Amino acid sequence: MGQTDNPVLLSIRGLRIEGRSDETWSEIVKGVDLTLRRGEVLGLIGESGAGKSTIGLAAMGFARDGCRISGGTIDFDGIDLRTAPMAECRALRGKRIAYVAQSAAASFNPAHRLIDQYSEGPVQHGVMSRDQAEHDAKELYRRMHLPTPDEIGFRYPHQVSGGQLQRAMTAMAMACRPDLIIFDEPTTALDVTTQIEVLASIRDIVDQFGTAAIYITHDLAVVAQMADSIKVLLHGEEVEEADTRTMLSHPQEAYTKSLWAVRSLERPEQPPAGPDEVPVVSVRNVTAAYGAVPVLKDVSFDIHSRRTVAVVGESGSGKSTAARVITGLLPPLSGTVMFEGQELPKDYRNRSKDQLRQAQMIYQMADTALNPKHKIREIIGRSVQFYLGLQGRQLTERVRQLLDLIELEPDQFIDRLPSELSGGQKQRIGIARALAAEPRFIICDEVTSALDQLVAEGILKLLNRLQAEFNLAYMFITHDLATVRAIADEVVVMKEGVVVEQGGKTEMFRPPHDPYTELLLSSVPEMDPDWLDRLLAERAAGGAGAGVKSADN
Amino acid sequence: MDALIGFLTALLWIAAVIVAAAGVAWVFKTVAIALAPAGVAKVLRTAPLTANFGIIVIIVYVTVAILAPLIAPYGEREVVGGEYLPWSTTHLLGTDNLGRDMLTRLIYGARNTVGIAFVTTGLAFALGSILGLLAATVGGWLDQLLSRIVDILMAIPSLIFALLLLTIVGTSVVNMILVIALIDSTRVYRLARAVAMNIVVMDYVEAARLRGEGLWRLIVREILPNASAPLVAEFGLRFCFVFLMISALSFLGLGIQPPTADWGSMVRDNATLITFGDITPLLPAGAIALLTVGVNFVVDWMLHRASGLKE
Repeated sequence: MGQTDNPVLLSIRGLRIEGRSDETWSEIVKGVDLTLRRGEVLGLIGESGAGKSTIGLAAMGFARDGCRISGGTIDFDGIDLRTAPMAECRALRGKRIAYVAQSAAASFNPAHRLIDQYSEGPVQHGVMSRDQAEHDAKELYRRMHLPTPDEIGFRYPHQVSGGQLQRAMTAMAMACRPDLIIFDEPTTALDVTTQIEVLASIRDIVDQFGTAAIYITHDLAVVAQMADSIKVLLHGEEVEEADTRTMLSHPQEAYTKSLWAVRSLERPEQPPAGPDEVPVVSVRNVTAAYGAVPVLKDVSFDIHSRRTVAVVGESGSGKSTAARVITGLLPPLSGTVMFEGQELPKDYRNRSKDQLRQAQMIYQMADTALNPKHKIREIIGRSVQFYLGLQGRQLTERVRQLLDLIELEPDQFIDRLPSELSGGQKQRIGIARALAAEPRFIICDEVTSALDQLVAEGILKLLNRLQAEFNLAYMFITHDLATVRAIADEVVVMKEGVVVEQGGKTEMFRPPHDPYTELLLSSVPEMDPDWLDRLLAERAAGGAGAGVKSADN
Repeated sequence: MDALIGFLTALLWIAAVIVAAAGVAWVFKTVAIALAPAGVAKVLRTAPLTANFGIIVIIVYVTVAILAPLIAPYGEREVVGGEYLPWSTTHLLGTDNLGRDMLTRLIYGARNTVGIAFVTTGLAFALGSILGLLAATVGGWLDQLLSRIVDILMAIPSLIFALLLLTIVGTSVVNMILVIALIDSTRVYRLARAVAMNIVVMDYVEAARLRGEGLWRLIVREILPNASAPLVAEFGLRFCFVFLMISALSFLGLGIQPPTADWGSMVRDNATLITFGDITPLLPAGAIALLTVGVNFVVDWMLHRASGLKE
């Protein structure tokens, strides 16, 4: 944080960018200023649509398809990127300014080995020969703490895990030792346990080479670890900018404060159900497999009325598979699923209409969960019509009631198509569709993970309210422990298809933990800028779940 | 030198035709946008000139086909003069090998060839897309069974297969429609199945399954609306293939039977004239080519729209 005296590397003044939709241009970035000194890391945060990524790309003098830079200046080390000829920009990109994309898996060319893709930049820009580049790649892989740095480069992208791929990509961005790297949500697609390692490696290497960076993310806790200063964006305009510590402790603007407040949403744990109360859903000793690959091993848990059971774990831990077993999409090899004391048929095709009605599901990706060709009236109305047999005016009336319930204005929304809704609104429609069946039990599969924090908070509050109103039982699948705090009564921790630990929420968040739970809990970023340092020190000393391998490595 | 002049003249003619076509398309586009209701006009505004040209061609063909008895100067099968009469005011395009008016035959040919092609394509689509969607939705052994049958049918070259089947069942218009529809439905099946495969894995289809929806509703309400764009585009392309196949079969004598007017057999019947440097026999072929090009222009535009690409 002593970079205030360094010379200015990048200076953006009054940047305006327009995007095209249906033949009209509308402004998506409205006059943003940005100054970045050598060796400084600037965090850009904001909700989706705030223009973070667009600004990040503009810092390379680049605008996405369908976008154009319409005003302002972009000055990179004395070169005006807006007026510089194409050839000059091309010579800069990859050499002096590099870019790390959100999804490394989608950004690597699957047909070439990692080291070939690494070498392409430096050789193309004439910085190194191919041999030097390969040698250099191994060195950087080592510095990025990749396992077997001498060999990993000779693998294809699909042969390494997501976290490793993201680190390989960061190494690749470093290949020409650029002055500036733009990180566009580099850890968003990763599990929390994997995220730690990637964050630590990125911070390390940026430090070592004194590279300046723009770090784009929507996760405040992550940006707190990485950035020297933070700039908050909203709808293409700057809300405020300050150095990290000031920003975290004394946010000035109301919007920033509201972002900070979301993280403290917490609901008190409901009193546990009586011992003789029949659970709504009871999973007993379930073992399931996809083909020959076992995914669930002897899993048991109960879900009671008016209570939320959060199932947490990394990707591949079997949490979604547990949901598929309960819904009957994946018949288990052994074990049973009981609904209010009655055994459910294993396959959903053998379940009665009423059994199907009682258990509903809300999906992670609202985009793919709603038929894009159906109007809201039909998406919600179909469940009402199918299960409850309402027709005509009664049907419309019920749909309107449901829309009221999820806090969407019926007149405005009933005849819209899903493409005319925002992400949060789509998710609300998904909830309304589940409610339309008047179920006893709802499975929520990562329902908030694709949403912005403020929107996600609204959804969680809605779910909490509806639960109390309709005596619902929720099974809440998530990897985000902040969400667990906000909604759960009980927690089931899963790893590699086995339940590692389960119990009441308060108890789960209090030590002592199972080592895996410890690893999971300690990996959740905190708003404290020293958190990562402290955690790494603790792990080095053998604490905080250090002995447990995360699923990814 | 003469060759060069000939070449340049030809080039000039081609350029003139293209300019004229573009002009007509532009006029059509302007008029259509002015006359059409707001929603349609918005769509039309995005259409390139080629698509407009294609629309004009299709409209002209359909009009001619429907109004054939009113437009045609003589009867379809009427012998009106000597054989192979040259172009004149009484017979604008001359007469054919039996002394029938060429223009009249050309006009009635539009009705027969286009009408039959349309029915055939429709049938091929009904069969192919229903089975394709069914295979993708149900999966398992039904998918395997249908797909392997289709593979076998597709392994045989289509024209030879059509000739074979027509020889077995006998030549008649109905038989020809059924045979070509069967052969073409295999292509439609493959497309419908591939498109539907990507849709059945969507969460909304899973939600509908978990709701307990029946197979028919699943296919018609959840999958078909999302598969319709590529299927409609394929309809246009398939129509051209069917059309060419009918003409090819007619040319070989196994398609539409005389004395019914048909473009394919008209080319064959009058082929001798080509040796005398007369282009009349090529006019039916030209009519086929023009419609094919027109339909493809429209299909290209629709595919472009369906894929959501912008310029």
